[in-house]
Amino acid sequence: MENIEADVKNLNFYYGDNHVLKNNNLKIAKNKITALIGPSGCGKTTFLRCFNRMHDLYPNTRYEGEIILYPEEKNIISQEIDPIEVRMQISMVFQKPNPFPKSIYENVAYGLRVRGINKREMLDERVEKSLKSAVLWDEVKDLLDKPAFNLSGGQQQRLCIARALVTDPRILLFDEPTSALDPIATGRIEELMIKLKEEVTIIIVTHNMQQAARISDFTGFLYLGEIIEFSNTQQIFTVPKEKLTENYISGRFG
Amino acid sequence: MVKNENKREILEIMENIKKKIAINNLINSIFLIVGLLSTFIGLFVLFILFVDLFTDGYPRLSYKFFTSFPSRNPSEAGILSAWVGTFFLMIVTGIFSIPLGISAGIYLEEYAPKNWLTNIIEINIANLAGVPSIVYGLLALGVFVYFFKFGESILTGGLTLSLLILPMIIMATREAIRAIPDSIREASYAMGATKWQTVKWHILPYSIGGILTGIIIGLSRAIGETAPIITVGALTFIAFLPTSPLSGEFPFISFNWLFDPFTAMPIQIFNWVSRPQAEFHVNAAAAGIVLLIMTLIMNGLAIYIRHRFRKKIKW
Repeated sequence: MENIEADVKNLNFYYGDNHVLKNNNLKIAKNKITALIGPSGCGKTTFLRCFNRMHDLYPNTRYEGEIILYPEEKNIISQEIDPIEVRMQISMVFQKPNPFPKSIYENVAYGLRVRGINKREMLDERVEKSLKSAVLWDEVKDLLDKPAFNLSGGQQQRLCIARALVTDPRILLFDEPTSALDPIATGRIEELMIKLKEEVTIIIVTHNMQQAARISDFTGFLYLGEIIEFSNTQQIFTVPKEKLTENYISGRFG
Repeated sequence: MVKNENKREILEIMENIKKKIAINNLINSIFLIVGLLSTFIGLFVLFILFVDLFTDGYPRLSYKFFTSFPSRNPSEAGILSAWVGTFFLMIVTGIFSIPLGISAGIYLEEYAPKNWLTNIIEINIANLAGVPSIVYGLLALGVFVYFFKFGESILTGGLTLSLLILPMIIMATREAIRAIPDSIREASYAMGATKWQTVKWHILPYSIGGILTGIIIGLSRAIGETAPIITVGALTFIAFLPTSPLSGEFPFISFNWLFDPFTAMPIQIFNWVSRPQAEFHVNAAAAGIVLLIMTLIMNGLAIYIRHRFRKKIKW
């Protein structure tokens, strides 16, 4: 692996006494798509939400181990680092499209406003750039002041991607971004992700194995909170090393 | 043979089921009638009350009724000092209860850690909403009148009513905030927002409809409260207005009105009803109409606001 964006070392995660993630190691390659697959409840979303410290929002959660961000070699799950500082660099797109009940423009501009940027020209420019990156600009350029809820589900999800992109994140996290969408909208989001990896490192959680096979460069298979196998996508889907991985991807359980 | 027996059995079962359905339907219709009657009894009594009040008090309603002070002569008595007193009371009540109630509600929903202490606080706030209003009056008499020496003033009355509706505003705020889905909060935090930024840009704007509704319903309860302000010494016969808050001379704004004695609508009504002369009872009915209309307007406003904001925000 040439260029590493993040290195997960001995990551453990606990909800109270519940040991959810067990000793996981993983390298996230820069400007690649890394997919996490596994059956429901295996901890893949929990794993993803460690990267932007989402668990800090809820009580009784505890991280152990390290997620090192390169090149500055900073451990982003260290309690000495403010989760807000982490979230400023690592954005997230959620399972269900969750635009704010505001205008399309304000939805995208939000990340900038949070950072204290309020100059109109600056906002206009960045909002347009982001909407173009999310391939939504042509559809909404005349509707910027309209409520985001008038958009279709697929458009809403692309709006959420634009919102996540506006602050030029280093890593973009996707938590089953297409599970609430129809196949056509899903196809567009997948195309978009492949295009976006030129700008940003992508980690995606999906229960859809075909999706992982179609778009990702690397795939990790999680089972009961452990990474059973991690390698490049082609290898894991053609010649998996572990029996468990093979059983899962061939549909024998899951 | 076996087939025939089966058939008979099925027929019997069907027959039984039909009987059961008929009984169930009967019970259903009985409840329908009971429910309808109950609803109508409530509405009917209310209607009679309105009609009675209006026929008694309507002839007395005139411009002069609103611009005259109370008087020994029932035909000259008016509600000027009463409605002005009520107006100032509501201002003081709002100024204290609204910011305190909203802040406490936001703190409890968004900031407070979920532990036994917050549980106790929550239970007690719910209990406070059920405390009889006269008890608030007694408390205020001890604290505001005797301890802080605010006197039997508008300030004391307003503070007392603030205490009374504070739990209502806190609970309305919390309920409105709880209606906001967590996915919205997560979306905001994921962009790097602090708690306060999330509150300022999302929690407050999306819950403001529910909060305003709670505030108005609280104030419309406060406007009709009699017991606690009698306890803290609202007078029943006031033939002057509080000092004007605006004046022609420097510094133009005066807060002396806060310490003036006062009366209020429900107290004026109470006073007139307790007089022996029938003419005063007519005055009471007329003032009752005014108070009722004030409350109805406030409640109507609350319904309108709730409707407007609900239409604007979808999840």
